[in-house]
Amino acid sequence: MTKTEEIAQGVLAGDRRSIARAITIIENDAGEAPKLIASIYPRTGNAHVIGLTGPSGSGKSTLIEKIVREYRRRGKTVGVVAVDPTSPFTGGAFLGDRIRMQELSTDQGVFIRSMATRNYPGGIAKATKDSVKILDAAGKDIVMVETVGAGQSEVEIIKVAQTVVLIHAPGLGDEIQAIKAGLMEIADIFVINKADRENADKAVMDIQAILQLDDKEKAWKTPILKTVALTGEGVPQLIEKLEEHRRFLEKEIERRKSLVRAEAELIEAIKEKAASSVIEELRREGKFEELLQKILRKEVDPASVAEKLLHKKLKKT
Amino acid sequence: MQTTRKIRVLIAKPGLDSHDRGAKIVARALRDAGMEVIYTGLRQTPEQIVETALQEDVDVIGLSILSGAHKALFPKIMELLKERGLTDILVFAGGIIPEEDIPEIKKLGIKEIFGPGTSTEKIIECVLENVPKRA
Repeated sequence: MTKTEEIAQGVLAGDRRSIARAITIIENDAGEAPKLIASIYPRTGNAHVIGLTGPSGSGKSTLIEKIVREYRRRGKTVGVVAVDPTSPFTGGAFLGDRIRMQELSTDQGVFIRSMATRNYPGGIAKATKDSVKILDAAGKDIVMVETVGAGQSEVEIIKVAQTVVLIHAPGLGDEIQAIKAGLMEIADIFVINKADRENADKAVMDIQAILQLDDKEKAWKTPILKTVALTGEGVPQLIEKLEEHRRFLEKEIERRKSLVRAEAELIEAIKEKAASSVIEELRREGKFEELLQKILRKEVDPASVAEKLLHKKLKKT
Repeated sequence: MQTTRKIRVLIAKPGLDSHDRGAKIVARALRDAGMEVIYTGLRQTPEQIVETALQEDVDVIGLSILSGAHKALFPKIMELLKERGLTDILVFAGGIIPEEDIPEIKKLGIKEIFGPGTSTEKIIECVLENVPKRA
């Protein structure tokens, strides 16, 4: 077994060192990364992938720590990818998201990885998407991706996450107004954190006003929740909403699968009906055997026979 | 040849002291030297530090300690690293560590001890020279 194959096996067994080394390969080794992904890909697709974004100062990391704890209380395992920006000048990065989550590092049901964007645009790293797959294949029930998102261009998270949560806080200036386009459009759930502060209700109303501008009839009614991350207030309700969105997504997928199935069934039924009625008629008129003999004598090919018959049949109606 | 590989460093504060100015200065200096620095904050236990090093797959660990508890904590950390199979990580330390303790600490496998006032250039140089080359 090659080293990559060994690591892939380790990931599928949930071994933490293998998970860590796998993510390193994704980040650095353009040669081995595709092989690694190919090995683990069949076991992906089970995790609920949640993206959490919002401006600095919104209390994201503190809230995420509480969310992880609540999921753990409910018996779920969690992977977290915390993305921070790489300095465009030095190429280095200060990855400090773990500060708020460090008590979770020794919980064997939680895996946290800090990641620098390495100048990839849009708020995530190039390696983020595949790192999520690694955590998914390793058996994590929930995979959370934390990014900084404040502007209209930090929307790449939507390509990685199934549920996007936008976390804001009162008193962060005009930023709620500023993020009308982009982030506001992709969020599935809005959270006003630090809701014990003044102007929390105003912040909720500001978002409601912007959401109402979009009068399309939507299947998912985007909720606006209030939380106080420091105390954990509002977190159970947030988890409920996350679970609700997950069920909504599963129903959506089921609905589309049902549509595809129905289409296939209808087409099949039409083909069968058409075929059987034409053939029945031929047999009754005694022409079926005659046509078969013509085909055996190579006077005519089957496709041309069918074409002629259907042409006649369709013209009749 | 352009490589995307970056040196990943964990700057950790084991023990109970709450002076993180030095640790943050070193962290920022390493970042400015192009490294990815994971800083985990104050009051870390050896288990938390080693678990973090494992999950983050770091190349280097810098331990900052000012409480004098290095004699108890450093051996524990090095032992746990060995237990988890994390033997190819460069470990250095800084803070308030008496000179007479340095030989013993180096025997544990800690490469270098940087006292207060060490220039960040020296630390960066040490890291660049000694960071294990990963395949």
